[in-house]
This record gives sequence, C-alpha cells and structure tokens, in this order.
Amino acid sequence: MLRPRITPCLLISDGGLVKTVGFGAPKYVGDPINAVKIFNEKEADELIVLDIDATAQRRPPNERLISQFAVECRMPLCYGGGITTVEQVKRIIGLGVEKISLGAAASATPELITATAKEIGSQSVVVVLDVRKSDRGAYEVFTHNGTRATGLDPITASRAAEERGAGEILVNSINQDGRMTGYDLELAAQVRGATRVPMSVLGGAGSLADIAALLERCGVIGAAAGSLFVFKGTLRAVLINYPGPAQKEDLLRAVLTR
Amino acid sequence: MITIVDYGLGNIRAFLNVYKRLNIAARAARDASELRGATRVILPGVGHFDHAMERLHASGMKDALDVLALEARVPVLGVCVGMQILATASDEGTQPGLGWIDGHVRAFDGWAPTVQLPMPHMGWNDVQPVRAERLFDQLDADSRFYFLHSYFFECANPDDVLASANYGADFTCAVRHDNIHGVQFHPEKSHHFGTRLLQNFAEL
Repeated sequence: MLRPRITPCLLISDGGLVKTVGFGAPKYVGDPINAVKIFNEKEADELIVLDIDATAQRRPPNERLISQFAVECRMPLCYGGGITTVEQVKRIIGLGVEKISLGAAASATPELITATAKEIGSQSVVVVLDVRKSDRGAYEVFTHNGTRATGLDPITASRAAEERGAGEILVNSINQDGRMTGYDLELAAQVRGATRVPMSVLGGAGSLADIAALLERCGVIGAAAGSLFVFKGTLRAVLINYPGPAQKEDLLRAVLTR
Repeated sequence: MITIVDYGLGNIRAFLNVYKRLNIAARAARDASELRGATRVILPGVGHFDHAMERLHASGMKDALDVLALEARVPVLGVCVGMQILATASDEGTQPGLGWIDGHVRAFDGWAPTVQLPMPHMGWNDVQPVRAERLFDQLDADSRFYFLHSYFFECANPDDVLASANYGADFTCAVRHDNIHGVQFHPEKSHHFGTRLLQNFAEL
C-alpha cells in the first residue's frame, strides 16, 4: 500500500540552514548540505528545501546552491523560493530536482502554475500555502514570509491551485511554525477535504505522536516537519534526526486504524 | 558501458550518482554518436507522454535506440515516462510510443472507480514481483519504491508483467519483454531498494 510520506523541510537563509518560529526569529542550525547527507543515511522519504530569503529579497533562486542539493540528495527533492518564471523552473528541474514549489508567484500570477505544469507535468508542481489563523479563528493565505495577505482562504486557494494544474498542495501553518506543539489539524482537514491532489502539511510537529495524529485525521498524506527533525529535547539542541523503519511502521498503523 | 539517454527529461544526474557510488562506469548520451558502445541503456523520463516522444525524436537518438534495443538486443531499462513510452500508445497523448513492448498506457482516473484516491499516485509503495527475476534479485517482499505518476503500463501479454503495486487496485509497475525492461517507479530516488535494482540491471 501507499505509505504516508514523512518529509524533513529545510529552510535556507544566507546559505545556511535555519529554523524559524512563527515565521520569525531565524536560528542558524548548521550546514544544509551536511543535513542532506544525514537524511540520505536515514533514508528519508522526501526532502523539501525552501529558500526563505529569495522572494523577500526579490532575488531569483540560487541555482548554484540548488545544484549542490540536487547532487547530494538521494531522495526525491522539492525546491521552493523565489521562482517567478517557467524558464527558472526548467533550469531547476534540469539540475536534478523532482518537484518545485510556487508560493508568492502562484498567488500573484496563477497562470504560472498552468504554464509550469504544461512544461514539466503537474506531478512536479507543488503550490505552497502559508496560512495564518486570525484571533477569530479565520484562515487566510499569506506570502512573502507571512508579511502579505492574499485575501484568500485556504480552501479557495487550494481548489484554485488544483484547477490551475498543481500536483500537490503544501499547507504550512504560520501560527504553528516552530512551536512543536502539534499540527493545525483543522486546517489540514479543511484542505484535504477541498482537493483531490496529494497534500503535505507543515508547521507544528513536535513529536512522532503529532505526526500520527495528523495521519489519523487525514489518511495517507505527507507529514512535513522542520524543528522536529533538526532539534532534540526541550532546549532545542541541534541534532538532525529522523524516524527509523520500526517507528515508521508505527506511524503507518495510525493510518490503518482510522 | 551503462548509458543514460539524456533527451532533456528525467534526473540523469541521479542515475549517474547511484552508479558512481556503486563504482560502476556510467555516462550520459546526448546524441546518437554518444550511444555508440552502450552495453546497457537507461531511458528516463518525466512529464507528458507526447512531450517525451517529441523530445526523443528531436534528440536524433530514436533510430540508434531502435537498433540497440531491437537488433543488438542490449538490455534496456525505461523509467517512469521512459517506461511508458516503451508501449505502443497512451491514453495521455496521441503520439505513437516506441512500441518495444506490446501494451497501452492507461489513466488511473476511471480505471478503479471504487476509490477516489488522490492523483497523482505519489510516494513510497510496496512492489510485488510476480516471479523470480534477476532485476529484482535480493529485493524481498518488503521492497518499497518511490512513485510519482497518473498513468500506468497495461501489458497486452501477461507474460511481460514483472511486478505489481496497489493503488486502489493492483496495477503493473514493472515489465520485461526479452531484453527490454521498464519500471514505473523511480529507482534512482528509492534509497537502497533502488540502488539494488540499478545494480541488478548493471549485472544482467
């Protein structure tokens, strides 16, 4: 049977690996290529790499850095950050990346999703939705590291992305980012119910139990996490880690017992 | 030498990296002259069926590949869309495929109507070989590979089916006819399972 994907998500800033909390306070946690090597050894299901400076600094993707990731990475790799044109997408895929993710550009120019899907196939096009929950409990999609509101709720945005040709939706909770207190399960379930493309959820995982809770709620999807796989313990000591085969079998049971 | 067909589709470098780690000589071929001396051919591919066929024709390598596969009978491994274009035709497009294995590429949609599963089929799935085959040597029942596709290969001849996987229903995920092999999943991105399969292919 198809397994849920357990996916480390690496944030890149100034060429280094960082981890944010609530999309702010980036903490340097090490060399990203070294992290990729460790996830190779641990046989991670997939890897997501997001350059969080590119869009904010209006900078194109750093293809030299992406190339280094692609050469090193032995698992399927998704790159996101600063992509605005189909030409960039073609070059990035040519570097040996399996999937690209569109965030701000997908919101500003939705036709880019269609054009990209036409060129590389929708299976390789991920649309990332950074979602903030307001004090009144309303969800809204943001871009530019959570600084720009789009006016769209995640259900509308995910359906629009799917219609445009996205092959996967990556839902990221701004509120839960770096908190390590669990995923926003309501947000995940809303988007799962709204679309038929595969999805991955990011933001909030602090334990494998949090991943199990997500899979119990949403079934076979991707569970992505940053802090969980780069920190150890309550003091957030940097230690790259990833569940072993037996732990992953336990997580699979969370899906089977739904 | 193992030669990976570089017609602009698929992760050529991932295959080269696997063989480099295995200490097995491999190279990419970008035109017909670079196919000369190939003792194994890997045909990768991602995206749209017609786009893949168009790119293959435009590369100028199609005729040389026909000779290698059908006359020299060099072992061939098609991967993902590189497997699908081994068929005669596909639901996805209107272009004829290579026709090296008699079969038709079907869309998952509408094929297993009992389950409305997310599409594309994306992620790690169990692969069940239907018989002992050298390509799956030392790959036991627990073998898992990475899939990313919405179409699958339906063989005209059941004897050409090498392995199946389940996504709502069992579908063919590996095929072989004589020296021509195809796998729907991505061995180049499937950790030690994929490395083993690519080593097996090298040792055929």
